[in-house]
Amino acid sequence: MIHLKTPCDEAQIRSLKVGDAVEITGVLFTGRDAVHKYLHEGGELPPGVNLRNGILYHCGPVVIKDEQGRWKVTAAGPTTSIREEPYQGQLIKEFGLRGVIGKGGMGDRTLAACREFGCVYLHAIGGAAQVLAECIKSVRNVYLLEKFGAPEAIWEFEVERFPSVVTMDANGNSLHKEVFEASQKALAQRL
Amino acid sequence: MTGLEHSLVELIRRTSAEIPDDVQAAILASLEREKKGTIAESAMKIIEQNIQLAKQKSQPICQDTGSIIFYVDCPVGFDQITFEEAAKNAVRISTKKGFLRQNSVDSLSGVNDGTNVGPGSPTIHFHQHRQPETEVRLVLKGGGCENVGAQYSLPAEKLKANRDLDGCRKAILDAVLQAQGKGCGPGILGVCIGGDRATGYEFSKQQFLRRLDDRNPNAELDRLEQDILNTANELGIGPMGFGGKTTLLGVKIGAANRLPASFFVSISYMCWAYRRQGVRLSAAGDIEEWLY
Ligand code: SF4
Repeated sequence: MIHLKTPCDEAQIRSLKVGDAVEITGVLFTGRDAVHKYLHEGGELPPGVNLRNGILYHCGPVVIKDEQGRWKVTAAGPTTSIREEPYQGQLIKEFGLRGVIGKGGMGDRTLAACREFGCVYLHAIGGAAQVLAECIKSVRNVYLLEKFGAPEAIWEFEVERFPSVVTMDANGNSLHKEVFEASQKALAQRL
Repeated sequence: MTGLEHSLVELIRRTSAEIPDDVQAAILASLEREKKGTIAESAMKIIEQNIQLAKQKSQPICQDTGSIIFYVDCPVGFDQITFEEAAKNAVRISTKKGFLRQNSVDSLSGVNDGTNVGPGSPTIHFHQHRQPETEVRLVLKGGGCENVGAQYSLPAEKLKANRDLDGCRKAILDAVLQAQGKGCGPGILGVCIGGDRATGYEFSKQQFLRRLDDRNPNAELDRLEQDILNTANELGIGPMGFGGKTTLLGVKIGAANRLPASFFVSISYMCWAYRRQGVRLSAAGDIEEWLY
């Protein structure tokens, strides 16, 4: 198991290989469809959101306020990442992201940006809403909540040992591509 | 809340928070099968932990609580209108209590009114039988896995799939290949051979009411089910598409008559968060027995 702390170190990120299991401790910012589109169209990052050397999580969490008025995350699994393919490379470049967490993998443009700017794609376990919510120790802040609503807002989470797998690394490798090609070949032999 | 509403809320809660025993057993078996120390094994471990945690906390197994599909077997003379009203209320209440996510969006305006009740939600299929009891089954069908469902029209030249069982096999295995990495595998396939475009998908989803450990009474379909399951698990796609031994947990296939002009193979894909439960109800609407 590899431990990854935020802010990330470029050399460590570049040393990760597809298939590595990593646990993340530190800060994650969530962002999904609305945030990607907003930033792509030139929207400004709200003050306080620092993505440089940080990790972006494709997630629309279920968050409630407890009796003391504190935010509490009750479910926080990943959402499908490929919808952000048109925007992701630009965000990696402009904001200096070192990691993107989601599910299902991403395409060639993101893979190229990972290589050029030193970033990895981390696959979380789809559907594991409860286990992943347990890893979120506190909600540090929320941004753009009124503008986008709870699932689409930028949430700043403090996480401990958040499990994921590197499926696209900074050396141009994609586990998704490898598994697809191998399984396609295996299937051809069985038809 | 009426007695019936009460029972339906409990059915929804349990379906959303607890995986049925047959699915749990299949997940544990696949966890055993995966090679120790691989990312496939650790994915299955996290899935296993998630199932335990959801049950303990009585919280949704997955945050996408899915399309809400009721299947009702009822006696002759059963009041369907009252049932439908009770089901809608039960869905509203379950959403407020957090057993269901606010998950239903008006397709034209994009508005989510937060109730999960609207055109097509929930969906209720009634079926009369000549028995006195009422049985209600519920499937919560996630969106990520619904997106990787597929319908093939045979012959499909690209797949060299003709209008025979071998052609069906090729179509189904192609769907498995294309679904990899999406839809939160290991998955379960519900398949309908034949029917039209609507009934094909409808019948394919009805296959999810079968227990994972049952066997198809039709010998030909049973062979095809076993063959698809074994072949898919030899492809090395694995949990989440990480590579590994468990690509599918089960395959259930039914057949419906078709027109001479059409030959559809409709495939619904269910994610590992396979939420299905059922109850037998008393005349007063109380739960007498759990069906899975
Ligand atoms: S496909 Fe299933 S497990 Fe995955 S996010 Fe959707 S409902 Fe959850």
